Amino acid sequence: MNKERFLYVTYIASTPAAVWKALIDGELTRQYWKHTNESDWKPGSKWKHVADDGKGTVRLVGKVVEVVPNKRLVLTWGDAADATNTAKHSRVAIDIESIGAMVRLTLTHDELEPGSEMAKKIGNGWPRVLSSLKSFLETGRPLDTWA
Amino acid sequence: MKDVDAVFKALADPNRRELLDRLYASNGQTLSELCKGLDMARQSVSQHLDVLEAANLISVEWQGREKLHYVNPVPIHEIYERWIRKYEQQRLTALHNFKTKLERK
Repeated sequence: MNKERFLYVTYIASTPAAVWKALIDGELTRQYWKHTNESDWKPGSKWKHVADDGKGTVRLVGKVVEVVPNKRLVLTWGDAADATNTAKHSRVAIDIESIGAMVRLTLTHDELEPGSEMAKKIGNGWPRVLSSLKSFLETGRPLDTWA
Repeated sequence: MKDVDAVFKALADPNRRELLDRLYASNGQTLSELCKGLDMARQSVSQHLDVLEAANLISVEWQGREKLHYVNPVPIHEIYERWIRKYEQQRLTALHNFKTKLERK
């Protein structure tokens, strides 16, 4: 296993449908992630991660690999600068399960080049995004971590 | 269920913090890999890992018969937001007020 792999888990007092919507609805991602996730969310389609900076700067691009509404979303993940260089793209799988009154969200980010800029950003980025998502869904307020 | 008490308790032990540091340095290790170079019985390491997993500070994944452990800093980030950032904000406000006061003189 020479590629880097991260595995994150968070428990959210919410429903699978609400968590799902929060991942793919650009208006919601804008609120807790300061970016919009844009796609038609069909397998094989492109998706992009666009900064909420008034200029529509595209930060990340990739393809939608697998879509099981309210359950599982798999995407390829690349820096916008490497849009055509798919060899540098990594892979994100998000699994959503009901556990009692909670939802367990498991996020696996793998096929990352060890020591790459993306691998470094990921280690810092996902904990912030996931805790902001949790706060947003549980309290209606995202975390103010993007200042 | 997964609350902040469990996270603080789990972090209160130096051996458990060391295990988190080791996973941070090299993610996705098995119990045997984590035991290497540690002056701790395998059973103690296993128990510490259970506590960390219960606090959701590590996430686990089975690959065949191997259980791999990953550092999961999401709860630490929640603590940072709740218990550190808030106070930083107050200090920054205090500094700002101090500066404004001085400059007014």
